[in-house]
Amino acid sequence: MELEAHLFRRESARLVAALTRVFGVHNLALAEDVVQDAFCRALEVWRTRGVPDNPSAWLTATAKHRALDVMRRERTARTFAPELARLLDDELVEEAFAPHTIRDEQLRMMFSCAHARLPEEARIALILNLLCGFGASEIASALLTGRAAIEKRIARGKKVLASARTLFDLDDAELGARQPTVQRALYVLFNEGYHGASESPVRVELCAEAIQLAALLGEHPRTATPATHALGALMCLHAARLPARMDETGVPIALADQDRARWDARLVAEGLALLERSASGHDVTTYHLESAIAALHASARTLDETDWSTIVTLYDRAMAIAPSPVIALNRAIAIAQRDGPEHGIDAIDAIVDRERLARYPFLPAALGELELRRGNRIAARAHLRNALVLARSDAERRFLEKRLRACE
Amino acid sequence: MSEFVFFFRASDAAQREAMGTPERAQQSMQKWLAWTRELEAGGHLKSGGLPLERDGRVVRGKDVVVTDGPYVEVKDLVAGFIVIEARDIAQAVELSKGCPMLAGGGSVEIRPVIAHMT
Repeated sequence: MELEAHLFRRESARLVAALTRVFGVHNLALAEDVVQDAFCRALEVWRTRGVPDNPSAWLTATAKHRALDVMRRERTARTFAPELARLLDDELVEEAFAPHTIRDEQLRMMFSCAHARLPEEARIALILNLLCGFGASEIASALLTGRAAIEKRIARGKKVLASARTLFDLDDAELGARQPTVQRALYVLFNEGYHGASESPVRVELCAEAIQLAALLGEHPRTATPATHALGALMCLHAARLPARMDETGVPIALADQDRARWDARLVAEGLALLERSASGHDVTTYHLESAIAALHASARTLDETDWSTIVTLYDRAMAIAPSPVIALNRAIAIAQRDGPEHGIDAIDAIVDRERLARYPFLPAALGELELRRGNRIAARAHLRNALVLARSDAERRFLEKRLRACE
Repeated sequence: MSEFVFFFRASDAAQREAMGTPERAQQSMQKWLAWTRELEAGGHLKSGGLPLERDGRVVRGKDVVVTDGPYVEVKDLVAGFIVIEARDIAQAVELSKGCPMLAGGGSVEIRPVIAHMT
């Protein structure tokens, strides 16, 4: 029996959510302990007996037994006594592990992490850690921060979470205020999968995870807002292009060279349907704009047939809502497609806070492409060499080396 | 061919380190499965053995001292065993070197099984 990819990551999120219901948020560390214990037990048993037919059920059963054990042992201990007497009931534990309960608990966990007393980066780090099973180093690379800082943030976040007895109530009036953080965390997760800074350029499973969690938001009546649907739409529309984004050796393929027949039509359709649902409110969020751009790409048959001028307009609106040098860079590339490489280069030069992209390899890479397109091979080579120095993974390096060879 | 038993020893802390985050748990499990599959493919895996509970008892000496095992004191536990078939102990040792437990600071104890006397 083969080990399912990312089994432990998925199970960790489900089990921590279920166990938090059993033990209470103030015992989050205990819930995490029990999950780790179930994992250790799996290592001991599976390596000699082989992976069971249903590893997920095996881990759930092990965690459930362990939870009951812990409660029996700690029943008399002061910290647990009152609620554990009530909880030490198989039925309640069964209930906590029921699939629909786990789904709701995961949603409540997401909103608990979006705590008002935590800075936004800490909230995102917590969601990635508790709901997506990310380690501190993975989160550090996704958020372009150091590992030590993330560890500190997670530890502090858990302390804040533990100050509550129960998870966030989805009927709470504060739900609306917390929603943007939750959405943003899922966006970061998807982005890390779509083009992460870490070892592999595309990590489909992270995208799938983000889509699944966004669907969770989209299903609950209180969290199914236009912005949630727009977020879901942008994930589906980008994910649709993933099958064509890498060659057999794992090197990214530029948009111009992708085989569009390999784009996933089912995901495109799903994304377009979500985009339609997202149009019900009055708000236009960056997710609306980004998914609209993704929709234009997904429905264009060739690079040249792409509606670049609408894309530029959408980027203009995105800059008006939430200006960022990354959006400005993408806008510049769209301008180059619409008006020619010189205009794109001018737009890049005009990016206001460009220095924030000093370590971002795609800035010099874009300049290199545009210089190459206007026939300036020497400048193109210089820019691509700069990009190569900044490359964050082997695949990025090989991609840039390939582009560099195109300048010869 | 002779039979050997491989006892896997690791500290509780090392086990937890190996399975500490979902990512690491996935990697550790994959390494183990790959190693045992390799042994199996080479025709060396005589028996998958059995996993062992963490606690146990050790009875010693003429005073019959019962302890909860050597595990707690030396922070060491036997997590399981497998039975291997190899030409000789040298080959058995060679086969054990791929064991993922070694990378985590654990050890593999290799004990020849006394052959049936005919």
